[in-house]
Amino acid sequence: MPDWLSHPGVVLIGGALLVALLRGRARSAAALLVPLAALGMIWTAGEGVLWRAELFGYEVTPFAVDGLSRLFATIFAVMAFGGALFALNQSNRIELPAAFLYAGAAIGVTFAGDLLTVFVFWELMAVGSTLVIWSANTELAYRASVRYLMIHLLGGMLLLIGIAGHVGDTGSLAFVAMAPDSVSHWLILAAFLVNAGAPPLSAWLPDAYPEASWSGMVFLSAFTTKIAVYALMRGFPGAELLIYVGLTMVFYGIVYALLENDMRRILAYSIVNQVGFMVTGIGIGTEMALNGAASHAFTHILYKALLLMSAGSVLYMTGKRKCTDLGGLFQSMPITAACGIIGALAISSFPLMSGFVSKSMISQAASDESLFIVWMLLAAASAGVFLHAGIKFPWFVFFQKDSGLRPPDPPVNMRLAMILFAALCIGLGIFYEPLYRLLPYKVEYEPYTGMHVVAQLQLLLFSGLAFFVMLRWLQRTLTITLDLDWLYRVLACAAVSSASNGVAGTDEMMRRWVTRWTAALSRQVRRLHGPQGPLARTWPSGSMALWMMVMLLAILLAGYLS
Amino acid sequence: MTEEKHWLTRPQTIRVLWRVFVAVLALTVLAELAVQHDARFEVEGWFGFNAVFGFVACVALIVVAKAIGVLLKRPDTYYAEKDRDRSA
Repeated sequence: MPDWLSHPGVVLIGGALLVALLRGRARSAAALLVPLAALGMIWTAGEGVLWRAELFGYEVTPFAVDGLSRLFATIFAVMAFGGALFALNQSNRIELPAAFLYAGAAIGVTFAGDLLTVFVFWELMAVGSTLVIWSANTELAYRASVRYLMIHLLGGMLLLIGIAGHVGDTGSLAFVAMAPDSVSHWLILAAFLVNAGAPPLSAWLPDAYPEASWSGMVFLSAFTTKIAVYALMRGFPGAELLIYVGLTMVFYGIVYALLENDMRRILAYSIVNQVGFMVTGIGIGTEMALNGAASHAFTHILYKALLLMSAGSVLYMTGKRKCTDLGGLFQSMPITAACGIIGALAISSFPLMSGFVSKSMISQAASDESLFIVWMLLAAASAGVFLHAGIKFPWFVFFQKDSGLRPPDPPVNMRLAMILFAALCIGLGIFYEPLYRLLPYKVEYEPYTGMHVVAQLQLLLFSGLAFFVMLRWLQRTLTITLDLDWLYRVLACAAVSSASNGVAGTDEMMRRWVTRWTAALSRQVRRLHGPQGPLARTWPSGSMALWMMVMLLAILLAGYLS
Repeated sequence: MTEEKHWLTRPQTIRVLWRVFVAVLALTVLAELAVQHDARFEVEGWFGFNAVFGFVACVALIVVAKAIGVLLKRPDTYYAEKDRDRSA
């Protein structure tokens, strides 16, 4: 019998119950201590398989630790702590427990040594995240969460079928590296990619996340897509297809974010963009590329959470989310603006920022493998990141025109959470050695060479020049941009309603025919047999005698003729 | 307007900021002369390659986004209206 409380994910899920039951200061204390306890346990757990059991004749290993799982579990616990600090003043009492369930399940996936455990925690994540979206308590959020849940249940179903097939083929449940070489492996890959926000099913992310509350989206940005990155790294490293999928995600994210007006939807598209860099790295599959993808997931969680805390603070203080309604907020929200800018510089991979030390490894890997086109596209995309997130977000929210809004900075816990994450974004950019030591493979890479720094600065600053030169083309309008979710939000609905109209129409037509025919029939019967009908009249006996005679003559005639 | 304009938003400041920005741009290009090239691809050795590439890539991305926007942009009440039509 394993000691249940030695698993950090289980502790965090238990903490969800605790936080749900407590109130006031005790609740706040528990909300901050539980993630820290989980973090401590992640670091004291030894490497190797810690829990082992047999289930239906298969070996399951629900708690197995190695470098990669520890790296992801660490950042998930840090994120749970920072998110909880930011959300302490959230009045909804379900959101934080739901977020802990979500985070605990994510840690559960990272420590799962077998596919069955992966599946169980995978589904728990879907439940937790859906509850986080629901907690916003709006009609829009409810509708979006139902769409979100449908997509993720579909993903879970693909995963379960894939796992069943894999077990049938190999006789083992162990979560090991696979290749897209059989139907079941394709299904598992597809399930992972659904969670990564890869096309064609990427629209769920910008559709659902921005409907969460000001604090909810901070949690949502971290776990689902990064657990997909983790699962792809473990399951499908070096699958070439992922290079193309990743590059598609990178540019999809940029283009849609450029067209977007809702500040948090800009950041949602930017999640797809950033995960695209990681997926590309996994597709390249060398040690350098995998280190790059893993470290980029780590730094991304921090700066994306920081950006969303900054956006969440603006939403919390102003109640507004559209760029067209915002602007000029740097004057009254200096801390929020400064932290937002630090997050923006970090996502853009500016030197001395966390994104620089992680993303450059993916480009380096493309260069090492002589993948010229991939390398060029990654460079173009790096410039594009600065364009769509690095400048666009802070510019339209904190600068551009003066909206006249003068809200102060948010409450102290929200400020502290932002400052903590901003410090981590800068700290990891300067002191990157500890992060590099955590990576799954030995790092032989120096990010701060003169050429790297100068090349990156040129790329980014001239991207900034393009932004301001083309500013008139980028002015925000009150619009959204149709995505593939149009297929299930409009086309499928129209198809269903036209099909049901068709059924109703056919039904009505057939009813009309039947009534018309029966009416005609009854008219005919009435005409023949009714009171005045020819077959019901009383006939004079003379006419009957006449007809009898005609008939007898006819028989006589027939007799002669034959 | 009763409030004094924030110094950062005054036209004089913005002019200065533009000048500083252009100077920094020029510096980052010139800095290339001072660093060692360890290029794998030929283009990396071209002077000012990253500057030109960054600018051109961004202009291209903006133009592509604009073109896609022409086809796919809808009023942001689009889905709300669709939902209303359906429940009506």
